[in-house]
Amino acid sequence: MSTTETKHTSKQQPRSQINEHENVIEVKGLVTHYGQRKILDGVDFEVKKGEIRVVMGGSGSGKSTLLWYMLGLYQPTAGEIKLLGKDLQKISFNDHLNLKQDIGVSFQSGALFSSMSVGDNVALPLRELTDLDENTIRIISRMKLEVVNLGGFHKLMPAQLSGGMIKRAALARSIVMDPKLLFFDEPSAGLDPVVASEIDDLILSLRDTMGMSMVVVTHELDSAFKIADRITVLDNGKNLITGTVEEIKRSTNKRVMDLLQRRSRHDKLNPTEYLRRLTQENYTLS
Amino acid sequence: MWAYQAIERIGYAMRLFWDSFYWLFVGRKYKQKVRLRQVVEQIRVNGFDALPIVMALAFVVGMMLSIQLLYALSDFGAQSQVLLAIAKSVTREFSPLITGIIVAGRSGAAIAARIGSQVVSQEIDALKVIGVVPVRYLVLPPLLGLIISMPLLVISADVLAIFGGAIFSVHDLDISISAYMLESFNVLVIGDVMQGLVKSVVFGIIIVLVGATTGFHVTGGAEGVGKATTTAVVVSISFIVLADMIASYFLTK
Repeated sequence: MSTTETKHTSKQQPRSQINEHENVIEVKGLVTHYGQRKILDGVDFEVKKGEIRVVMGGSGSGKSTLLWYMLGLYQPTAGEIKLLGKDLQKISFNDHLNLKQDIGVSFQSGALFSSMSVGDNVALPLRELTDLDENTIRIISRMKLEVVNLGGFHKLMPAQLSGGMIKRAALARSIVMDPKLLFFDEPSAGLDPVVASEIDDLILSLRDTMGMSMVVVTHELDSAFKIADRITVLDNGKNLITGTVEEIKRSTNKRVMDLLQRRSRHDKLNPTEYLRRLTQENYTLS
Repeated sequence: MWAYQAIERIGYAMRLFWDSFYWLFVGRKYKQKVRLRQVVEQIRVNGFDALPIVMALAFVVGMMLSIQLLYALSDFGAQSQVLLAIAKSVTREFSPLITGIIVAGRSGAAIAARIGSQVVSQEIDALKVIGVVPVRYLVLPPLLGLIISMPLLVISADVLAIFGGAIFSVHDLDISISAYMLESFNVLVIGDVMQGLVKSVVFGIIIVLVGATTGFHVTGGAEGVGKATTTAVVVSISFIVLADMIASYFLTK
């Protein structure tokens, strides 16, 4: 049975694989700024070993920002981020480079190297970071392409792939070093429901077969409910709520209900206030 | 604001230069080895592929110098000195300058466009999270490639420019082309050739650092990449001419 044919429900793979006593990610009091604007405002967040944690929220809520800071791409204004027990602010450069080999990332756009074939994209981490011979690298990268159902596509260039195939190729690259932690930025955004469901099945399959812990940033409700062990909802840079799928669905928090029922936050905007804001001198982002 | 940005960019370029050589020497320790095949590829793309156009233009410049010098020196009845003038001016000045400008147009633009488009499409972020240091992967190979290939291009340009001069001058000087070439090589001293080679290495470094710095600062999508490409060429050529003047002053003293 191929990976995409594997059927999952939220009940089939309960939280049995989750080690409640071991946090692979710990974020405490994370504060970040973009220029003068505060993006994350004291976010606390932790992920258990073997868990799939979905981060949800509206546009501009800070969910992608949380992801970039967890990956160590930027320095936060305040707070602590620990990945696999290592504090990103205190870790040495060499240890950080080694830590990155235990982390895989699947970008929203795929971020495949456009000048390389799919096979070379997947093989890149092995070529650059290991001393494996070319034969072994080729075999491993083809194995990973098989895992994401792209066997035989290794010679194609990224420009020749569909949106779903790009996401799967990016996923193959992110798992080629057998990471312990996998991050996804909007894995099913812009895909049709069938392909999006295939990506969800792949994510579940990777957790089940390889025991990876995952953080999935998404605003796709169906996808989130299908794959999440727990969901964190961010709003205006703050952690609004964290809970299981059922807990989130039962939440009576207005912002969570707005998100689940796809209600605009401007539904009840006062027209006079709206016009005043548009015409004021120091008009800034709301 | 403009001055602040210029200083910031110069500082960034110097940091790139320092980081490149840092990773060259300590890369192996951190599993960040410089791949020989990447450097060879850069020598091919930025050096060997530029050879035909560099040689063609050097040949034309040699002929052009010959035309002008024969005309100017005839006023003093000193046409015989054209050989010396061409040989010295080509090896010290024109070959490295012409080569630098051509390579800035080809490779500087390509480096800026490549890195710029990788910034826009998050490929640089992908490299960082994979654990590959972008400077080691994207800047060091072309830097080494041009440090190696620029002097070779300049030597080729020297020969072709002197040959171009010979083609036009032999009739007026009443000597054979082979005699002209041999006499040209005889009048040259090692310092003449070395001056051109030193300049070419400096120009190669300028081209890569300006291209990479401009590329890493791209914002605004495809339009930003286009602007960065133009900027990289203009700034590279400006710095090459400036560096040429400074180098000429100190190396000719």
